[in-house]
Amino acid sequence: MPELETITETGEYILNVGPQHPATHGVMHLRIKLDGEIIESIEPVLGYIHRSIEKMSESLTYRQLIQMTSRMDYLSAHINNTGVALTIERALQVEVPQRALVVRTILAELTRLASHQLWWAATGLDLGAVTPFFLGFRDREVITTIFEEVCGSRLTMNYIVPGGLMEDIPNGFAERVNKFLIDFEHHLPEYDQLLSDNEIFLARNVGIGILSKEEALSFGCSGPMARASGLSCDVRKWHPYDLYSSLEFNEVLLTQGDCYARYKVRIREMYQSIRIIKQLINQIPEGEYQAKVKKIIKLPEGEYYERVETARGEFGVYIISDGKSSNPYRIKYRSPGFSNLASLSALATGGNIGDLVAIMASIDLVIPDIDR
Amino acid sequence: MSYLKDIYRSMSSMLSGMQLTGHYFMNFRKAETEQYPDNRLTLKMSPRFKGELTLLHNVQNMHKCTGCSACQLACPNGSITILEKRELTEDGKNKKRLQTFVWQHSMCTFCSLCVDSCPTGALKMEQRFEFTVADRKTLTKTLNKEGSQLAPDLR
Repeated sequence: MPELETITETGEYILNVGPQHPATHGVMHLRIKLDGEIIESIEPVLGYIHRSIEKMSESLTYRQLIQMTSRMDYLSAHINNTGVALTIERALQVEVPQRALVVRTILAELTRLASHQLWWAATGLDLGAVTPFFLGFRDREVITTIFEEVCGSRLTMNYIVPGGLMEDIPNGFAERVNKFLIDFEHHLPEYDQLLSDNEIFLARNVGIGILSKEEALSFGCSGPMARASGLSCDVRKWHPYDLYSSLEFNEVLLTQGDCYARYKVRIREMYQSIRIIKQLINQIPEGEYQAKVKKIIKLPEGEYYERVETARGEFGVYIISDGKSSNPYRIKYRSPGFSNLASLSALATGGNIGDLVAIMASIDLVIPDIDR
Repeated sequence: MSYLKDIYRSMSSMLSGMQLTGHYFMNFRKAETEQYPDNRLTLKMSPRFKGELTLLHNVQNMHKCTGCSACQLACPNGSITILEKRELTEDGKNKKRLQTFVWQHSMCTFCSLCVDSCPTGALKMEQRFEFTVADRKTLTKTLNKEGSQLAPDLR
């Protein structure tokens, strides 16, 4: 097999990064063709942790398949769960109580914050700075503790059920979140002070891995990745769900399209998330936390598609129901990570091998989301 | 001139970062990390923490499980199996009763759909989370205790 040889006939060196490599943040395999230090072509090899979640979901009921989505993009587990629940609710035309919507939106934004904090910590670590890792995880720990108190688990929460929430929020939830917000607003400028203006960090990020708006559109990029290239694609603005249509927040848009722009977009999104939570946290209405939905859910015959904005971009849920059984006939997830990874060859080709780590950190890869 | 400016800018950017590190070095607070294996005695998980699945028993060794299999149907992984038996009640009716509540720990994803689906509230996810065993077979657990019975108000 010629592809396994390390040096091709024309003299290029084939380098395999992964499947077990710290910079890939998971089991991903990259085959890179090198000419000296310059990347000639780069090809992600996927499938190492493919668990066939979509096929598995066909044999699960609508209540059961929600917990599967926590195992895809585990850093946006809560938002993924919301996506599936939203599709089922809109198909059944269930009205979700206001209290459940408010709590869902707060938890979704906390998830986004936690995800961006972990990304910031890992980006620093990838580029050789260890301190950001500790600072990022210090703040993330507070959020995961809040999740543990609310949902019972720190990462793969299964708190959303079709029609609302599984349990009511615990006492003192608002106080905990408020306290976190006060602390984190004080900590967020430290992120800039430590890393954003650092000369070494700038040298490794500014002008590296440029993605144009047209490329972002053609690869189907979404989330901070596309917004850094000037492509307005925030699902919360374009197709509002939960309470986002009534909230005040800005879609962060930059036009440079390089690694530093993607970094900046995520940092600024954290400020917007804080702004969203602040509008809601002191006005959680009293009332029901779950609408009445039948124990065994059967969707009417048809096709349903809904999308939500995870920390990485647009997460779409496509369900075909045959109207008879309590399982979906076919379910398809549109995960943001897969499309974002597709742009890797456009970002890295022609660049140095050393820049690859910075580029991969800026894509914010979560491999289980890519492989599903 | 711009060369010197560049040096000044880069040095000041790094010093501002080091200033933050120095700030935390001088003003250290209580450690955020938990010294996990050492703090076992004081470690308290939150009340909703999803740990080991338990069938709640009261002091008279009575549980609330009627053997309706709602949890078995709700479980996405098939980690719960309810074995039933027939029992004659005092008024002469032949009723279904729980014989064995089998929980296969190794298959559980801790989604707590079983707890959510239980009509009588017989199940709870307990705080215990240290599951390491030497033998895989011990992960198949019987949750109802020896000689336990259904609570009288549910009979």
